[in-house]
Amino acid sequence: MMHDLSPEEVQLYDMVCEFADTVVAPQSYEADRSHTLSMDVVAQMGELGLFGLPFPEQYGGQGGDYMALGLAIEALARVDQSIAITLEAAVGLGAMPIFRHGTEEQKAERLPDLVAGRALAGFGLTESEAGSDAGATRTTAVLDGDEWVVNGSKQFITNSGTPITSFVTVTAVTGERTRPDGSVSKELSTIIVPNGTPGFTVAPGYDKSGWRASDTHPLTFDDVRVPAANLLGERGRGFANFLRALDEGRVAIAALATGAAQGCLDEAVAYAKTRNVFGVPIASHQYIAFTIAQMQARVHTSRLAWHDAARRVDAGLPFKKEAAIAKLVASDAAMLNARDATQIFGGMGFMNESLVARHYRDSKILEIGEGTNEVQLMVIARELGLE
Amino acid sequence: MKIIVLVKEVPDTYGDRKLDLETGLADRAASEAVLDEIGERALEVALSFADAHDDAEVVVMSMAPETAAPTIRKGLAMGAAAAVHIADPGLAGADLGLTARVLAAAIRRTGFDLVIAGNLSTDGSGGVLPAMLAELLDVPNATALSSIEITADSVSGTRSADDATMRVSATLPAVVSITEAMPSARFPNFKGIMAAKKKPFETLTAADLGVEPHDLSVAMSIMTAIAEKPARAAGLKVTDEGDGGTRIAEYLVENRLV
Ligand SMILES: Cc1cc2nc3c(=O)[nH]c(=O)nc-3n(C[C@H](O)[C@H](O)[C@H](O)COP(=O)(O)OP(=O)(O)OC[C@H]3O[C@@H](n4cnc5c(N)ncnc54)[C@H](O)[C@@H]3O)c2cc1C
Repeated sequence: MMHDLSPEEVQLYDMVCEFADTVVAPQSYEADRSHTLSMDVVAQMGELGLFGLPFPEQYGGQGGDYMALGLAIEALARVDQSIAITLEAAVGLGAMPIFRHGTEEQKAERLPDLVAGRALAGFGLTESEAGSDAGATRTTAVLDGDEWVVNGSKQFITNSGTPITSFVTVTAVTGERTRPDGSVSKELSTIIVPNGTPGFTVAPGYDKSGWRASDTHPLTFDDVRVPAANLLGERGRGFANFLRALDEGRVAIAALATGAAQGCLDEAVAYAKTRNVFGVPIASHQYIAFTIAQMQARVHTSRLAWHDAARRVDAGLPFKKEAAIAKLVASDAAMLNARDATQIFGGMGFMNESLVARHYRDSKILEIGEGTNEVQLMVIARELGLE
Repeated sequence: MKIIVLVKEVPDTYGDRKLDLETGLADRAASEAVLDEIGERALEVALSFADAHDDAEVVVMSMAPETAAPTIRKGLAMGAAAAVHIADPGLAGADLGLTARVLAAAIRRTGFDLVIAGNLSTDGSGGVLPAMLAELLDVPNATALSSIEITADSVSGTRSADDATMRVSATLPAVVSITEAMPSARFPNFKGIMAAKKKPFETLTAADLGVEPHDLSVAMSIMTAIAEKPARAAGLKVTDEGDGGTRIAEYLVENRLV
């Protein structure tokens, strides 16, 4: 492990690796095949305190930080990206916005269940016409007396339809704002919509090519009425709030991608040493050994990048650029390592029973979710003053 | 109620295990060191009892090289209240008798109502240490329990042999050992890992315990020779020509495998 980790952080990583290997991995193939998120695994992750890692003990949390969360996500992703993204989204998109922007009542009401893993929550930003360009949101929320009336739809929303999902925080247009220069812009806000509210429909899950055991649904809102008190954060601050969530989420996705890249590396090393072709282990061919050496280099740089970004988050330093860089390099590392590992496995690497085949299908989304890699380049370029 | 759980650092069962042909000891560098799983199960027995009884205090104890401290600390992260680590270069390669003398002295020093150990370590597989401890501590001993009930003044459980099960019980203080039939241990959570930093962790030497490692008046085992495990010979291949079954049966009988 890296020298920058404290002994306790190393123990946390080792402990989650052990949990991943003994509890998560044995069910991963079947969960992927049947497109089901194991609620039993989620419950055990809850008991282990994983959903509470970066939250204070006051809300039932573990009193850790973003670094601790990233270590747990990385450890899980080595063997199962679906489970890792379930944790990432539950904490980063479900609970964190409530913790950061919620009122004391909202936190007291919602956080304990989320933190314990008894409940999950989603964050609904993406729409059919608003993905990379999140500002193009069309879903609306109109204040009618003491209720918000929400209309519109969202797509690809993680953790929005599990048996224990209690709500989805959605971004919606709540009005218009006139800028000082006279131009008019949309006023975006975030609103908590409890699952089961009349008019809120969670459609069946997608048939995804990867992350198949992760729970992802399209959502529709048809005159959905929720109390005015369900506004999360200030009215009109919706855009700023989800940008913060996305920036942090990129660090966590980078940790996830690093875990995936590490999982591919571990598999490749073990296989190359034991697979004999033409009478020798394939690892004795320099081409294979060098391929694996490249994989190790990618894992190492990805890890450095996400550790740095996470330490910045925890230190309260600016981290936008570092998060974008970490997400960019780590997702590429996962994708390339998955391809190389699959190649090293030969035909076995194309069989879904092999972990590398799953990483091959699972890793592509890492270059798309929480801002595509083109969006990461936009962010980095903008930070360099290149508009 | 004070429960001492004996734990041990062992080479990971999933990795390669090697014998150092110079010293005759396990080559600790050859594979990753972990907390012995049977010791973890013993700790789980104690911790589940402590979960339900506020007055119970669980202490993990280990005689191990200094480098084993992080592994012992895992016991604290899981929930034990304190740790006692006997680390002394003079104890390297200690046989079962010396190990028992050291542990008995440490147990007496810490004070105990109940000592729980695994029935057999994954590496040394001695299996007699709990009985030796009970003898030295002069308390009752119940070994290889596959179920266990602890009360304020007694311990009882089931002991399974090949063709019978026994119900056994003893008054406290006592020494017991448990088998793999007991539930696997909990994972430590992050809160536990952080809390472990602040828990008492005592490191002792043989001298602290008044034990002389090279006491020649006590019987001890001495290693006289050591050799690598012979390479496995090729097995027997039986081609079935109608009498395959009979030939396999004969082979098994001949080699006393049935
Ligand atoms: C499994 C899964 C889970 C998801 N979970 C969630 C969730 O929980 N909550 C949520 O809100 N969303 C979620 N998403 C949505 C995800 O964040 C979006 O898919 C992503 O942001 C991309 O948006 P889009 O699909 O609309 O692509 P588009 O925005 O249509 O992009 C299409 C392509 O054009 C490129 N592109 C766009 N603009 C530019 C530009 N200016 N310059 C260069 N290239 C550009 C993009 O990089 C991309 O390659 C999830 C998606 C998936 C697949």
